[in-house]
Amino acid sequence: MALRTLITRKSPISTHLGFRGLQTFSLPDLPYDYGALEPAISGEIMQLHHQKHHQAYITNYNKALEQLDSAISKGDASTVVKLQSAIKFNGGGHVNHSIFWKNLAPVLEGGGEPPKASLGSAIDNHFGSLEALIQKMNAEGAALQGSGWVWLAVDKELKHLVVETTANQDPLVTKGPSLVPVIGIDVWEHAYYLQVFLSFSSYLNVSFLAQV
Amino acid sequence: MAATAATSISSPLKCGLFSSTPGFSWSTRSLQFRKNERQNARKATRGVITAKIDLKPPPYPLDALQPHMSRETFEYHWGKHHRAYADNLNKQIVGTELDRKTLEEIILLTYNKGDLLPPFNNAAQVWNHTFFWESMKPGGGGEPSGELLDLINRDFGSFEAFVKEFKTAAATQFGSGWAWLVYKANRLGVGNSVNPRPSEEDKKLEIVKSPNAVNPLVWDYSPLLTIDVWEHAYYLDFQNRRPDYISVFLEKLVSWEAVSARLEAAKARAAEREREEERKKNEYEDDDEVVDNSEPTELYLESDEDDSAAD
Repeated sequence: MALRTLITRKSPISTHLGFRGLQTFSLPDLPYDYGALEPAISGEIMQLHHQKHHQAYITNYNKALEQLDSAISKGDASTVVKLQSAIKFNGGGHVNHSIFWKNLAPVLEGGGEPPKASLGSAIDNHFGSLEALIQKMNAEGAALQGSGWVWLAVDKELKHLVVETTANQDPLVTKGPSLVPVIGIDVWEHAYYLQVFLSFSSYLNVSFLAQV
Repeated sequence: MAATAATSISSPLKCGLFSSTPGFSWSTRSLQFRKNERQNARKATRGVITAKIDLKPPPYPLDALQPHMSRETFEYHWGKHHRAYADNLNKQIVGTELDRKTLEEIILLTYNKGDLLPPFNNAAQVWNHTFFWESMKPGGGGEPSGELLDLINRDFGSFEAFVKEFKTAAATQFGSGWAWLVYKANRLGVGNSVNPRPSEEDKKLEIVKSPNAVNPLVWDYSPLLTIDVWEHAYYLDFQNRRPDYISVFLEKLVSWEAVSARLEAAKARAAEREREEERKKNEYEDDDEVVDNSEPTELYLESDEDDSAAD
């Protein structure tokens, strides 16, 4: 069991089929160095956030999936139900952070530049301007009590952009099956706390812009 | 259809426990609150002096808990977070009917049986943090004694078993929240239920955890001890290592004297309430009333039965 975990963690591909056919997950690499987003987000935060927090979600997600697999094959319905919150917390944490890393980019690679083309015009059409969208996301993020995420999303059914928030690690789909995330801002305190000298609203600003 | 949908799309967080986005998810009750706010605001500007919720400092200097909890943590945790909750609460209640109430009253009113009104978060967090500072002391830790220890042994088996359960609760509160030791006097776990044969054993210690700003006052329990497990409480000193923070809290910071004093007060309150209920019961019996008219005390309902009210 420990050996299998070791193999999974060293595996270059992001998923691995265990001997029962159960997929396990491993930490995706960041497409940039930890320090590449400074001064907006510090290397210390990026490293902790990636190597500790995201890794913990993955580790616990894998554990929960294994327990789920075992409970399903035993027909243990109450354990299956009991595991749902662990799966939502940890699986959601993995899903959300994977999106987060991909969306961030260092300034040298275009991070922080205003959106162009269809995204740019969609933002202007629906929110009036980029500034108005930033203001709205900032307000929603600041108003969120506790831990969660702020999202810019496409509503596939209604065919336009929306701003949404989710609590804890709930993925965006929990707010609506037709919502597709475009930008997510992690507003858990771990995402910005070590840079407390930065105000929270600065953090919202910079992580929004870094993802755009 | 699309036009109306566009305006309502950024829509409310429906889950009562996490509902907090101002202006979006208010029920009709909170609209009433808002209307009163406007009416009372006129009175306030005529120079009416109203009560304010004060920010109390911790009962020790900000560096007194070093190295276990740093001065820097206190500067942010008390100086910014706690202060912001108090300032924002005062802004929210000024000129409203909540203005002259005690903090506990504001908490219970705005908890609104789980359908949180906007001031709840700030009010509860003001209370929670004061309770938290007072749960710690310089040179804290060690073990409880006296009646507190007796009850811990009775209700958890041993102090070690209590520690294990408390640590687990604090470590598994996902996201932001608190873990608590509470005194639960004769309260059964189900709302509105009445204990048919109350006994001393029913007056129990329990460990509970709560999300965000929620605290056991809203469940009609008496809090005895708390640990803040919002990330801001430990991130500067421990980063992601919440279990280490919890261990240090128990080993080096907790003030068992404070917990014992709170237990005494809780028992006194429970005894007083029992005498009150007994007195009321006797009154009605004396009046030859057959019907049980005793008012059910407001108890926290875990699930809101009336689901049809939500959109």
